[in-house]
Amino acid sequence: MAYEVNGATVEHDEEGYITNLGDWTVELADVIAAAEEIEMDDERWEVVNFLRDYYDEYQIAPAVRVLIKALKKTMGPEKGNNKYMYELFPYGPAKQACKIAGLPKPTGCV
Amino acid sequence: MTVKNFLYVNRKAPYGTIYALESLEVVLIGAAFDQDVSLAFVDDGVFQLTKGQNTDGIGVKNFSPTFRALGDYDVTKLFVEAESLAERGLTPDDLQEVMYEDEDDDWAEKPSIKIISRAEMADVMAGADVVLSF
Amino acid sequence: MSTLHTVNKSPFANQTLISCLGHCKDGDAVLMIEDGVYGGLGGTGLTEIMANAAKTVELFVLSPDLNARGVDASRLMEGVQGVDYAGFVDLVAKHDRTQNWL
Repeated sequence: MAYEVNGATVEHDEEGYITNLGDWTVELADVIAAAEEIEMDDERWEVVNFLRDYYDEYQIAPAVRVLIKALKKTMGPEKGNNKYMYELFPYGPAKQACKIAGLPKPTGCV
Repeated sequence: MTVKNFLYVNRKAPYGTIYALESLEVVLIGAAFDQDVSLAFVDDGVFQLTKGQNTDGIGVKNFSPTFRALGDYDVTKLFVEAESLAERGLTPDDLQEVMYEDEDDDWAEKPSIKIISRAEMADVMAGADVVLSF
Repeated sequence: MSTLHTVNKSPFANQTLISCLGHCKDGDAVLMIEDGVYGGLGGTGLTEIMANAAKTVELFVLSPDLNARGVDASRLMEGVQGVDYAGFVDLVAKHDRTQNWL
């Protein structure tokens, strides 16, 4: 299974998470988002970039409550809440935002 | 719900076996259950917290940065045994800094690592409701 | 409040048993299982350390593991008791927590 970006293929698992984290590009993010029927905008990029920074620093994708707590601190309560997150990513920030960010499934997320 | 006091005892060095990584993953998953969690680093377990780990040459993930995320998961007590450090020629300066933000103290940054003696470690172990060993 | 400690490594291969004894409180019990049962032998380089530990801690070996290794119970040092699986369960039930030394 693979995504196609500019004629190249990027392997992913049966759930759509890319196999090799180093394969990620901004263009790929748009392709994964399209497969999830999500259109990327500034708000969604804010979350995806946050996840990528978090992974870069700590080598894990944060649990949803950790993500929301952190966004609340950096971006305020109007963005740091469950409702906002599910409006951006209806099937859940872990399932969709992490996938689009090219990260593995968050630890503890089944 | 009764909050129980969980102690994860880490006694293995980081990359020779899977124990250290498994322990960390269980801690992260278990953190979702709002229990009182502490980590103990004893014997070779103290090697898990050394700074400057670089696994590029052995093809496995360097999970030492993940310890610094534990504060986000409300895991803020990392007990390290002084005798285990000394026996291995290590000092507290050889360990990475792990900080957490204290919600009850205006988010002040505080160190999560506490160096304690073997006798104090025995007390920490005896004070746990549940001991999980790795 | 007391703890049952289990040790499953030979004390002649690594420091696990010694570390365990170094963290025991008075009234705790140590049950040696699998390769750990070699820690219960008498007349070894560790017998003095074990005899000293036995003053404050109860020492047990799991008999099926001892038998499997062809070690006769007469080879155990004084103060080390053999238990069967039911005895293992009784020890777990008797103490407030179990800590496994791997």
